[in-house]
Amino acid sequence: MKRAGFATRWLPILLLLPQLAIIAVFFYWPAAHAVQSSFYLEDPFGFGSSFVGFDNYTHLAGNSEYGRIAKFTLLFTVLVTFFSLALALLLAVKADNVIRGAKAYRTLLMWVYAVAPPVAGFIGLLMFNQSWGPLAELAKSIGWDFKLGVNFGDTATAMVLVSVWKQVPVNFIFFLSGLQSIPKSVREAALIDAKSSFRRFWDVTFPLLAPTGFFLLIINITYALFDTFGVVDVLVKGEPGNNPMTLVYKVYVDGFRGNDIGGSSAQSVILMVLVLALTVFQFRLVERRIHYT
Amino acid sequence: MAQVSLKNIRKVYPNGYEAVVPTSFNIADGEFVVLVGPSGCGKSTLLRMIAGLEDITVGELSIGDRNVNHVDPADRDIAMVFQNYALYPHMTVRKNIGYGLKNRKTAASDIEAKVQDAAKMLNLTEFLDRKPSQLSGGQRQRVAMGRAVVRDPALFLFDEPLSNLDAKLRHQMRIEIKALQRRLGVTSIYVTHDQVEAMTMADRIIVLNTGRIEQIGTPTEIYHRPASTFVASFMGAPPMNLLNAESADGRVHLGGDMSVAASTADGPVIWGIRPEDIEIDPTGDIPFTVDIVEELGAHRLLHGQLNGQDLTIHVSKDVVVSAGPIRISINLDAVVLFNPETGLAL
Repeated sequence: MKRAGFATRWLPILLLLPQLAIIAVFFYWPAAHAVQSSFYLEDPFGFGSSFVGFDNYTHLAGNSEYGRIAKFTLLFTVLVTFFSLALALLLAVKADNVIRGAKAYRTLLMWVYAVAPPVAGFIGLLMFNQSWGPLAELAKSIGWDFKLGVNFGDTATAMVLVSVWKQVPVNFIFFLSGLQSIPKSVREAALIDAKSSFRRFWDVTFPLLAPTGFFLLIINITYALFDTFGVVDVLVKGEPGNNPMTLVYKVYVDGFRGNDIGGSSAQSVILMVLVLALTVFQFRLVERRIHYT
Repeated sequence: MAQVSLKNIRKVYPNGYEAVVPTSFNIADGEFVVLVGPSGCGKSTLLRMIAGLEDITVGELSIGDRNVNHVDPADRDIAMVFQNYALYPHMTVRKNIGYGLKNRKTAASDIEAKVQDAAKMLNLTEFLDRKPSQLSGGQRQRVAMGRAVVRDPALFLFDEPLSNLDAKLRHQMRIEIKALQRRLGVTSIYVTHDQVEAMTMADRIIVLNTGRIEQIGTPTEIYHRPASTFVASFMGAPPMNLLNAESADGRVHLGGDMSVAASTADGPVIWGIRPEDIEIDPTGDIPFTVDIVEELGAHRLLHGQLNGQDLTIHVSKDVVVSAGPIRISINLDAVVLFNPETGLAL
């Protein structure tokens, strides 16, 4: 392959500079700062800080509340990822079969994509409002006294539901385009080879969607871990007391409510390592193994 | 093994476009029928209706003694070879070939034996564990064939299976497919736009144009007795020469002293002659001027004008000709007359 080159060495660096500056200001600098302050114990009133080495980390390791939140985050992530992928796949497969009015149908399904997470959370609040929320009413009608923000399990359920609802359209778009990139003739060949549409889906369609699926798996895990902050914040109404929260929300609560900058920084460093691991996993395993053409 | 019968099969798309006008024909058990025509003539639609991949708007389709209008493609006892092979990219060659059998509740040991047989027949044995992406075009084509033959269906359907191959491979696969069909004796319907494929492979050819059948016949009939000017110019390379003339007193005057009898009213008429039914003849009646000599190795094509109309003559490689005036004679038995308005043979 012919490689295009620059006449001088400085031009490419100059062109890269704005992007590098943005990454440096908004990621590297805060990240370095977080790593640094995770080794310090900060005075709550900002009068000074003292070096404590790994104390912030060892404290987290022995903290039962942190362990509880970590477990909840894991469960939350698994549920959100599973249901938003499964629902989106189901909708995409059904939408793919629609011929008449396909465009209107697809646009409606993608619409939720445009809703910002806090707004999604707020809509959730309205839907689960204890005195008149339609979903709370529905729960009541089957004998479930739904108490958002009071009962741990109920709040967690609402959190999962709203997060899934918010993520389904993104997955839907990817799955639909993945389905449409499967050659028509391959599906027709399957139509002649297998009578059952169930078998055709699992033997032919699903494996061919696997690259899309793995990509979305990573995207969804990241979403559930980090991007649900807005949803969580609105649903727990700033009263994290007994309510469920995710690790990211805990960083915020400890750092900005509890003024424990050191402990909060240590938590964010742990999360950074987690993201790094996920990214490495994606690059190493997924992109290399799931490849057909 | 089965005969196929189409009774007034018609296809109208939801937007009102009539892709196939009511069409009827029968295919005998073990026959190799080629549907040929230009793109958009409805040949693929017809094949896809037989396969069950398109709904039949009106008409009756039977395979064997069974009406299959509303039978699932998987239950029609057919196998289809697609233009782009349509192999399952995530399955090995072995699984690709065996997939149809697996879904028909065949025992695993039977599947393996049948896959081995098919692979042996198609020289694929060493590739059984490869994925389609690791095969060449010709090998993929063979896998697609393997997937069809392993099921031992009542009917093979081919949808332009060779058009993605290069010329040399296409020639080789043409012979292989024909030989395989002969050996297995399975009724086959083969769609192509390539008239050479149609001529060389078919027991019978069905020529289609704009959704209707122009002619059904053996390659010889189609070639020598075209039913319309469309068939005359579509089949054969170079195509049949078609020239305008006048019919008077029951005869059509071709040139020089030559004329043929015509059982038509006086008036304009089109006469056709295949390029190889014209000879260079120093004592011939018709003067002809050669403009261009096309050298094709095994033979030569002479292009020129007769009565101000284009004419092509096919001569063997032993006949040396250069541009300039010559005299020709026409094999009168080979002349076909057409109605200039309907294009149909008289």
